[in-house]
Amino acid sequence: MVAAAPRVERSEWRRMTRVLVRNRLVLAGLIMVLVLVLLAILAGLVAPYNPTANNVRAALQPPSSYYYFGTDRFGRDVFSRVIYGSQISLMVALVSVALSASVGVTLGLIAGYFGGWLDNLLGRVMDVFFSFPPLLLAIGVAAMLGPGTNNAILAIAAVYAPLFGRVVRGPVLVERSKEYVEAARVLGASAPRIILRHVFPNTLTPLTIQGTITFSYAILLEAYLSFLGLGIQPPNPSWGSMLQEGRTFLETAPWMSIFPGLAIMLAVLAFNLLGDGIRDALDPRSRG
Amino acid sequence: MIVVYHRAVRTYILKRVLSLIPTLLGVTILVFAMVRLIPGTVVDQLIGAEAKVDEATKEAARAFFGLDKPLHTQYLDWLGGLLRGDLGQSWRSGLPVSRMILDRLSVTAELVVGALLISLLVGIPLGIVSAVREGTPVDHVARIVSLFSLSVPIFWQAAMIILALSLWFRWVPPVEYAALTRDPVANLKQMILPAIVLGTVVAAQIMRMTRASLLDVLRLDHVRTARAKGLAERLVVGRHALKNSLIPVVTVVGVQAGYLLSGAVVTEEVFTLPGVGRLVLNAVYERDYPLVQGTILFIAVMFMVTNLIVDLLYAYLDPRIRYR
Repeated sequence: MVAAAPRVERSEWRRMTRVLVRNRLVLAGLIMVLVLVLLAILAGLVAPYNPTANNVRAALQPPSSYYYFGTDRFGRDVFSRVIYGSQISLMVALVSVALSASVGVTLGLIAGYFGGWLDNLLGRVMDVFFSFPPLLLAIGVAAMLGPGTNNAILAIAAVYAPLFGRVVRGPVLVERSKEYVEAARVLGASAPRIILRHVFPNTLTPLTIQGTITFSYAILLEAYLSFLGLGIQPPNPSWGSMLQEGRTFLETAPWMSIFPGLAIMLAVLAFNLLGDGIRDALDPRSRG
Repeated sequence: MIVVYHRAVRTYILKRVLSLIPTLLGVTILVFAMVRLIPGTVVDQLIGAEAKVDEATKEAARAFFGLDKPLHTQYLDWLGGLLRGDLGQSWRSGLPVSRMILDRLSVTAELVVGALLISLLVGIPLGIVSAVREGTPVDHVARIVSLFSLSVPIFWQAAMIILALSLWFRWVPPVEYAALTRDPVANLKQMILPAIVLGTVVAAQIMRMTRASLLDVLRLDHVRTARAKGLAERLVVGRHALKNSLIPVVTVVGVQAGYLLSGAVVTEEVFTLPGVGRLVLNAVYERDYPLVQGTILFIAVMFMVTNLIVDLLYAYLDPRIRYR
């Protein structure tokens, strides 16, 4: 019985890998994500210019062999800014998803495992957060904290933490009433040990699916906040703030808007494709 | 039997409405806290870091805005006002917040309803076609288009459409808003584009849900029986599968109401429409805190009410919900 478990896990792992690799859309998403991550890591090598260096004499140049995506009103190279923008976008999404997952998962584990008034109270608090449309809540939190990278991260994390809490709570409720958990309890295992060693691993599947999908939401939300002037502030090359700067030059220098927008769309699409694929692979029931 | 049925419906509605009260209270606390937790006091924020103002003037300002009272008194005063329909007064314009919201509500309502209609009109038929022709190029194209739609930020989509229209048709969005009651034709011309932009993402979600739900129903026994009887595929889908498959789509509309309401903030900003969404942003930019509180609370309540209506509609369409 004990020896059979790893075999089951291995065949399950093989099945998931097969589903992921066979689905061409997922493969496309995976490749796009890898390219995005590589661009972010190698930004210093790929970008031909300093993304924040002004060169007023080259302002508003259309795309050319010198400036692949043209230049903005300060003569900054749009291509270099888009490349460095991937660093900011991925960093903000990664940190905000990690933060929201840490808070949400902890609360979800506690609420689900202990149940009773604690579950009721945390459930109510989550309901309160769910009562706000996500962007509106992010705007409210960002307005409260003020614009800036760290505050944008906190605003995004505040929006998605309850989502992780709810995703984790369900499986915990199922697991805590199972015999093996009861046995561990009778044998004297402490609540944190049972939660971390026995219950938490069973939440990893929904957590992975939610994490990937939330990553694309976070990229989009950061872009919205920066576009509205409540997120990353210029001269930092955030895709959202680049679009904000490009607004007034839409007709005279459309490249200022076209390329950062394309970057957002492709990044979000990549994580959407990957999220769809991971959901199909890990949760076959959801396949439609 | 009928008496039991009506009692179940009444109990469900009552339970659902009562469950809103603690959540609503929590929402007011969060909105109140958002403004009160601003680093430094609100008065310091309003005066600005550079301004040199003596402490007595600051104290007077705090007293003027009612910020010298204990937090719980401030909250209860505000809550009392809310119960009387008083959302406070704008610090910048001096106008009642509720009036400022009501003046702009018709613009947002028109935009959101228009976007919802467009999303239903596009999303449901596309979802049906995609499900009925599962695995064909039509299905692949529809799914890829929907994934693209979900990935495009509203403001960029709006910018690209405006750019294309200005390049090819020399059309630019009008600066001045034409009210529906004053000039219906000009209003519709002005609102159609923002409604399309806002509705695109929701259409994609509805399309995906319709497709998944219809595929589930098409695999059920009663549909297989209908096919085995030799019924034409159009009748199988139209008569036996479609009605049941559209029930889950109702929940998507509820969830997407939040997207539509927050999307309205961005859409109104991009198309310079004088709606509630733009009022929120202006309030945030101008640090008009009573207006920030009032508008955010208003939109949150609208979202809650929409979800309540959707839940009740869902329970009406699927009786199993009422007896849980």
